[in-house]
Amino acid sequence: MSWDWEKLKRQQQHGGGRGGGLGLPPDLEDFINKIKAFRLPGGLGSGPIIIGLILLLAIGFSMVYKIDRNEEGVVQRFGKYVRTGHPGLNFKWPSGIESVTIVNVTETQREEFGFASERPQRGRRFSSGSEGINVSLMLTGDLNVGLVPWIVQYRIKDSYNFLFKVQDPKGLLRDMSEATMRMVVGDRSINEVISKRDEIAVEAQQLLQLELDKAETGINIINLEMKKTNVPAPVQQSFNAVNQAVQEKEQMIYQAREDYNKAIPAARGEAERTIKAAEGYALDRVNRGKGDAKRFLAVYNEYAKAKDVTKRRLYLEMLQELFPKLGDKYIIDADQKNLLPLLNLGKVNGAQQ
Amino acid sequence: MKYRNVIIPLLIAIVVLVYLSAFAVDETEQVVITQFGKVIRTKTEAGLDFKWPWRKATYFPKNLLGWDGEPGQIPTLEKTYIWVDSFARWKIVDPESFFRRVGDIPKARRQLNDIIDAAVRNLITENKLIEAVRKSNRELVLEVSSSGTRQDERDTYAITTGRQKITARILAQAKPKVAERGIALVDVKIKRINYVEQVRQSVYGRMIAERNQIAERYRSEGEGESQKILGDKERDLKQITSEAYKTAQEIKGKGDAEATSIYAKAYGVDPAFYSFTKTREIYTEALGQDSHLVLSTNSEFFKYLKGYTE
Repeated sequence: MSWDWEKLKRQQQHGGGRGGGLGLPPDLEDFINKIKAFRLPGGLGSGPIIIGLILLLAIGFSMVYKIDRNEEGVVQRFGKYVRTGHPGLNFKWPSGIESVTIVNVTETQREEFGFASERPQRGRRFSSGSEGINVSLMLTGDLNVGLVPWIVQYRIKDSYNFLFKVQDPKGLLRDMSEATMRMVVGDRSINEVISKRDEIAVEAQQLLQLELDKAETGINIINLEMKKTNVPAPVQQSFNAVNQAVQEKEQMIYQAREDYNKAIPAARGEAERTIKAAEGYALDRVNRGKGDAKRFLAVYNEYAKAKDVTKRRLYLEMLQELFPKLGDKYIIDADQKNLLPLLNLGKVNGAQQ
Repeated sequence: MKYRNVIIPLLIAIVVLVYLSAFAVDETEQVVITQFGKVIRTKTEAGLDFKWPWRKATYFPKNLLGWDGEPGQIPTLEKTYIWVDSFARWKIVDPESFFRRVGDIPKARRQLNDIIDAAVRNLITENKLIEAVRKSNRELVLEVSSSGTRQDERDTYAITTGRQKITARILAQAKPKVAERGIALVDVKIKRINYVEQVRQSVYGRMIAERNQIAERYRSEGEGESQKILGDKERDLKQITSEAYKTAQEIKGKGDAEATSIYAKAYGVDPAFYSFTKTREIYTEALGQDSHLVLSTNSEFFKYLKGYTE
């Protein structure tokens, strides 16, 4: 504006005594007058108009709202639900008449149960003196104690129910989730709790969804995931000992099997050998028998042809072969009756040695 | 100008009156309209409504409300002390009665505390612990083992009530007591049940003992199994060697028999000759340097020593 003002001043000086009261060019004077005339009819200053404009603008803005792809806008007129706005630009009556609550219906939210990192819950009545009532600590069906942590992932499936049917749907989800999990775990042994987590997760999810639907929370459980279940720390060692005992048992069995496998095939081999040896023996006997028989028969055949002389020959041949080999020989007359004095056999031998 | 002086204040007064008379009720709310403490009407529908400005609107929630119990130590039927933490859900179904008999939400919660806690206590004390823990008589899968399933009262006990019936009875006990207050108790559930600290320690002790026993059983099972295998080994060894011996003897016997028959057949032709030849052989083999021979001159061999005549 200062620039215009200077320009006007220069014009004034330049134009000299050409004109009216203010020394402005007449057309400009007209314009200012017109503005003044425009302001007059309301009889008020410019302040209220500006306020009014801002108010109008604010009302205008409150009539438009935007919903993202993953959201729903729940519109209430004087508190009463009227419609649900869908993604895009939406219009409603100005605030005061209609209000909109935008709910994210595709985002997956999660709640954790029984983790060490769990933050203390706000507004819960218990906290002091309830250390013994830890979230993850549960009684099993065989009255043992197990540690069961889990995660629930959920999504809002019905924004109307979620907003209006339950005062604190998330709190309800937490409470229900715990109650349901305990119910499922309560019907299982500690062994099942540790080894059959998937089964538990499936049953708990079904039951929980049923309860949430019954309460019209508008919450849809996407996934219920069991984390590593365990037994409380003081008992863990004894559970490990069982696993170790299982290993030991297997080891013992393997060792025995090894022993067995070491001994039996060797024994089978030996048995085979014994049998083969027996076969050899039998063969030997038979063959020898056959040989002996053949020999005997051969000799016999010749003998049969000349019995007397052959027998005689064989006898003499034997003597011929035998006699030189023999030690002392005593030939005694047949009439000699008393033999013993002559035959001091042992002594003779002893003297020779 | 006279009209103006009247109309403008009048308009303003009407606007103010309408503004003061109008009230909005949210979807989650219901309203009791009172005039100097006296209930005129209730409104449970959401939306815009009007009342005289001097009448008072008291808002109550219409949706499902939560109640979270104070965890307490309660003895069960068998006198085991346990922590029980329950929660309930309730609704104001009769705002007028609620307004008259209760007043506001904090008061309602306090009254619910008394009623529900008492019911929970009653039912827990009347039942065995196992009844509150289990919901069915589903057969538990115990230690996976080849032999010797543990037979314990805890494992074979058949529940007659179960958790769901217990909570149903808690609800049944508490429900009529709150009904006259305009409150509908939707359900009561046991959120957490646990042993109290001292009991827990002894339960841990029992669990440890139980596990040790299971471990021992595994070990002895291993021992037994291995002994069985070793026994099998010995048996199989004996079987194998004895069978081999048997077969060998059979074979040998057969051989012997065959040989015998061969000999018999051959020597049977002339036993005397056999005897002669065999004896001859034996003499040759059996007699030697260390044998002394005493012969009579009468013998065949020396007959020529005496003379040559026949």
